[in-house]
Amino acid sequence: MDVIFEWFRVLYQETGINLPFLYDEYDRNRMVDGFLTTIRLSLVCLFFSVIIGVTGAWLQGSAFKWTRRIVNGYIQLFRNTPPLVQLYFFYFAIGTLLPRVENDWGGQSPILGSFAWAAISLSFFAGAFNVEIFRSGIEAVPRSTVEAAEALGFSKLQIYRDITLPLAFRVVLPALNNNLVNLVKTTTLAYAIAVPEMLYEANQIWSDNVNVTEMMIFLLLAYFVLVGVLVGAMNRWERAMKIPGYG
Amino acid sequence: MRYKTDLPVMLPVSKPEPEPLGGLRAWHILPLALLAIFGPSLAFAQSGEGVLSPLAVLLNWAPLLLKGFIFNLVISVSAMALGTVVGAILGLGQISLIPAVRSGSWFVTQFFRNAPWLVLLFFAMFLLPFEIDLFGLKIPFPDWLKAILGLSLPVMANVSEIVRGAVRSLPSGQWEAAESLAYTRLQTLWLIILPQCVKRMLPPWMNLYSILTMATVLASIVGVSEVMTLTGQALASEGGRPELLAPFYGFVLLLFFVYCYPIARFTVRLEKKFAVIG
Repeated sequence: MDVIFEWFRVLYQETGINLPFLYDEYDRNRMVDGFLTTIRLSLVCLFFSVIIGVTGAWLQGSAFKWTRRIVNGYIQLFRNTPPLVQLYFFYFAIGTLLPRVENDWGGQSPILGSFAWAAISLSFFAGAFNVEIFRSGIEAVPRSTVEAAEALGFSKLQIYRDITLPLAFRVVLPALNNNLVNLVKTTTLAYAIAVPEMLYEANQIWSDNVNVTEMMIFLLLAYFVLVGVLVGAMNRWERAMKIPGYG
Repeated sequence: MRYKTDLPVMLPVSKPEPEPLGGLRAWHILPLALLAIFGPSLAFAQSGEGVLSPLAVLLNWAPLLLKGFIFNLVISVSAMALGTVVGAILGLGQISLIPAVRSGSWFVTQFFRNAPWLVLLFFAMFLLPFEIDLFGLKIPFPDWLKAILGLSLPVMANVSEIVRGAVRSLPSGQWEAAESLAYTRLQTLWLIILPQCVKRMLPPWMNLYSILTMATVLASIVGVSEVMTLTGQALASEGGRPELLAPFYGFVLLLFFVYCYPIARFTVRLEKKFAVIG
């Protein structure tokens, strides 16, 4: 492995193509950390946005007018405002209103860090889209199936959990995957509040080494591969979950 | 919508819905948003003598922020125009008969679609020169122009996919009928296929515009002085008072909401109108 890494140092000396995240151990660790942070942030947001989507879609079917209205207000507000401004609003406006706690060094630090706020804000953003996606899937489940379940004595929650949702899930999978891929791309916004993800670490490296071009091209390729792998996996999953004769 | 079939398996069930977006009207959001913006500032109402209330400060800065917002709109419209033109060519390249053109435009489309918007913006910002030397004439290449170019890259890729999808969605009978009437491929495309596609492309295209408008704030990260940058500067010049943060960021949210929500509503209406039944 070291031989390959050293080769890139030679490459830099010979040609001037500087890829310090390969031959320099410190920069390599930074880049790997950034990559892992991107993955971690994506997974956390993925998880919570799907939870928000499922719950929101369930609340939208509620009998109370105001529950539906509040969920709709949430969707429209988060869909029609820039995610970056939402992120700033959460991090700066709401973050400063929360109480501060004492950290290990005796100083004052906010109760939630930038990673947590990025996760919260992006989950809410992607969740707003997921609610609509899940709702469209639930509407595609025929009324007669739900009626049959009611006749068999299922409760409202059981019907949603065991009958409507599994069927709806297969219908919405393409739209859901689309949104989740978008979410992974949106995690770059966390750069703005200094979450050490891939873009942020790449920025640190090019600030230290003045190799903007190489880092930029590497970054584009890295995201291209990351998202490409995700899209490929999602497409396979879609094919595996497909209901024959529908959609 | 009424479907005629003897196999009623998993058909879209149409609920009797009086309003498409379920009960919430546009004006309902206004009191909620105002509460969200000014609620926190009321909590800090005990400001001392000589200090303007958050609302008054916001009103002072509002004209400047509005100017910044208009600049955002200019960026969005220019990037959309540029992206649409290049994207349409790329999309037609994707259905070209020449394999090299087809796979080339496919790759370009996928590449720019899979890259995050912010990374593309950084790409345009840092790798384009700040001035172009054209026959000894130095043409400056300002930040905002680079931002427009950077934002039009993902737009281009998305428009390309929209065009390809719309052409693919037309029944192949259209092509065959045109061929039998001795239209050339160019004529078929220009006179028969594309006019039918416009209707199908309009809703996703408007969606894309809305997304682009919301992405223009990304330009603040790379230092274009649009509404988000100006907000940050306004907050700094007011001495970074914490009670100002919520009203200011809330105001920016509101600006974008007021602009994008009608577009979203109109898109839904168009989708309903153009929906093909049966």
